[in-house]
Amino acid sequence: MAIKIEDYNGLAPAWCPGCGNFGILSALKKALVELNLDPHNILLVSGIGQAGKLPHYTKGNVFNSLHGRPLSPATGAKLANRELTVLAFGGDGDGYGEGGNHFIHSARRNHDITYLVHNNQIYGLTKGQTSPTSDIGFITKTTPQGAPPPINPIALAIAAGAGFVARAFAGDIDYLSSIIKQGINHRGFALIDILQPCVSFNHKNTYQWYKERVYKLEQDGKYNPSDKDTAFKKAQEWGEHIPIGVFYREDRPVYESVFPALGKSTLVSQPIEPLKTERLLAELF
Amino acid sequence: MVAEINFMVGGEAGQGVQSVGFLLAKALSRWGYHVFADQDYESRVRGGHNFFRIRASASAVEAIDEKVDILIALNKESIDLHRREIRTGGIILYDGEKITGMEGSDLISIPMERLAKESAGDVLMTNTVALASALGIISYDFILLSGLLTGFFKEETAGQNVKAAEAGYQYIQKMHSNAYQGKLNRAGDAKRMLLSGNDALAIGAIAAGCKFMAAYPMTPVTSIMEYFAAKSDEFGLVVVPAEDEIAAINMTIGAAYTGVRAMTATSGGGFCLMVEGVGLAGMTETPIVIIEGQRPGPAIGLPTRTEQGDLEFILHASHGELPRVVLAPATVDDCFWLTVKAFNLAEKYQLPVFIITDHYLANSYFTTDNFDLKKVIIDRGLLYNKNQNAGEYKRHAYTPSGISPRAFPGNKDALVVTDSDEHDEAGHLIEDSETRTKMMDKRFRKMDGVKEEIIPPRFYGKDKAETLVIGWGSTYGVIKEATDTLNKNGGSYSHLHLNQIWPFPVDAVSAAKKNARHCYVIENNATGQLSGVIKRETGLSTDKILKYDGRPFTPDDILQKLRK
Repeated sequence: MAIKIEDYNGLAPAWCPGCGNFGILSALKKALVELNLDPHNILLVSGIGQAGKLPHYTKGNVFNSLHGRPLSPATGAKLANRELTVLAFGGDGDGYGEGGNHFIHSARRNHDITYLVHNNQIYGLTKGQTSPTSDIGFITKTTPQGAPPPINPIALAIAAGAGFVARAFAGDIDYLSSIIKQGINHRGFALIDILQPCVSFNHKNTYQWYKERVYKLEQDGKYNPSDKDTAFKKAQEWGEHIPIGVFYREDRPVYESVFPALGKSTLVSQPIEPLKTERLLAELF
Repeated sequence: MVAEINFMVGGEAGQGVQSVGFLLAKALSRWGYHVFADQDYESRVRGGHNFFRIRASASAVEAIDEKVDILIALNKESIDLHRREIRTGGIILYDGEKITGMEGSDLISIPMERLAKESAGDVLMTNTVALASALGIISYDFILLSGLLTGFFKEETAGQNVKAAEAGYQYIQKMHSNAYQGKLNRAGDAKRMLLSGNDALAIGAIAAGCKFMAAYPMTPVTSIMEYFAAKSDEFGLVVVPAEDEIAAINMTIGAAYTGVRAMTATSGGGFCLMVEGVGLAGMTETPIVIIEGQRPGPAIGLPTRTEQGDLEFILHASHGELPRVVLAPATVDDCFWLTVKAFNLAEKYQLPVFIITDHYLANSYFTTDNFDLKKVIIDRGLLYNKNQNAGEYKRHAYTPSGISPRAFPGNKDALVVTDSDEHDEAGHLIEDSETRTKMMDKRFRKMDGVKEEIIPPRFYGKDKAETLVIGWGSTYGVIKEATDTLNKNGGSYSHLHLNQIWPFPVDAVSAAKKNARHCYVIENNATGQLSGVIKRETGLSTDKILKYDGRPFTPDDILQKLRK
């Protein structure tokens, strides 16, 4: 039975009118429908912030976790049931601030999780403080002297070992949707950093600002995402021109494949057999 | 013939104190003895001073005797530090060719290193010579020893170790056959397991069907994680060495939410980082088991020492309020059976369950009878079934017991939605006051059921004794030994020991206290945390006997305080 867009309808969003999150939600639903994925086999794990609310506004199994932590429960869940399609969501503060360590190590271990970071370069839910990705010099309520230099999530993800590293723009739903589809289809950790205008608190990095700057990596027909050096170089580009698309791709063994226990069946489907423990007791005599 | 003997093995880190001590304990266990052994070591990889004490007795023992009959000194410092602990007639086995200038009739020199070289061609076998000489002096059965070594060492080195053992055993029998008067015989044919608190916790978790563990190594629980990893292929376990404890507990929660029995283990310092996860498990009603092996804090404290300083921390960890269960095993049997119970309670009531141990229990070895695995009951609690539950699945449905049937992601009939925000029955976040109150009430209602499952504390000693002694967790063996000694000498003591602390067994503690004129709470901490909990929960005041130098209580510590 084909999955329809209505199958992914959820509660009414409580985001500000014009929020970049609407574009991300539309692109996500479109991707899931086009991949014909059943909501019952999807697990959406989110952090805290406006991005963290997204799973409630669509359908699927939902674990709305703590601030900065979506990747950790997503990791546990994927290992427990590798047949689930696991997606994690969070903002820039959630993923690159609070959850920075989990981001690096999830990329390194290469869990088969698609990670969407709604990057609006500002803290929205707490109403307008600097974030790890705020542009240098950006004046906010907590940085009256101007923000320190931002983190570079693309370069960081490549360095940490992520096998799928992409950036997209919430204002281009079709392109974002195609990137999400590729991320889900990639077997391994996939980072999708999404440029997301915050209409309430970021009056610098607006729809207009992004539209004037973003260009697709593949537009010249020459970009090769399997070349790590070029990917690193491209990851440094920011300002007048901002590349979007898949920066880097590499197929590496996923973490789930290191456990023989997961080779036969999912962990959750394996029986509990206390009597088998007799072997362990026998070693103690 | 004597019915009891105490060994000590002393040396520096890296010298093999642990393996000699363990093999000695195992040898005595296989000879039909009840064995108790504990370890004292420093936070370093090489050097320093470590020791391993073994008490073997024809009757049950659960504590150490501070007097030593045979000291195996692998370095000079061990002699200097422990000579005064030797009982009259006791001896010191040492390598007089390496440690020179020592005098005294208690000193028995064995050229351990030379014998190792000559017999096995490798100084690495020196420890085996030491072990065999200690067993030789009590005329231990050499065939048993040889079998023990063959089973313990890898095939490539087992033969060499047996040769080294032969050299040590024969040397002492030939040269010093009368050096120690207390000859022992086989104590009986009973076959018992020898295991540490951590062994019992790890095996208990595997027996209970725990298939997922995420943790960050930390003394004293690292060996639980290592045990799980070592058995992962054989038993189908997944062990994730997490980047930090925050990740560890959140991964554990993710696995448990997806339907796998899951746990994490840490010590107080790591648990500080995990605290947010306790609240998350409580709020999302996710069943997880957390092993907290206490060591002295605050901060890094004494990393390889023991303390019971985290009770109040664990009882209250998390902002906000949530139902929880706190178990505190007192013996290796408790470690096994309470771990099984922990997983059942966690899943039945969908909440975090704590198992509190400490460095002392984690690393102490006990002999005990085989665990009857047929008695391991697996109760996964209420599970969702669409034929029994009408309408759309609601993860947090209101019920009289507070327990909502669980479904797991991947179920064709249910979407499993939950939130760290306060949520409605369907798991979606809410802000209204009515739902908030109903959800809090629902979650706490689960504790009514838990209370029915808590077994009253062990009561030991004389009924209506003049003095009641209360302890919790790892101190059971020492307190029992102290009260036994006092009662044998005409004292009037009883002993109440808590191993299931939350929900608090109010009635049992109040009743025991009522019958006694004096009441002491004995704790390995500086402020008397259980004493405080008793006051809060029962209104009753108690006197305190406390020790917080990082070392475990000995029966003597307690005897001296109680006799005052």
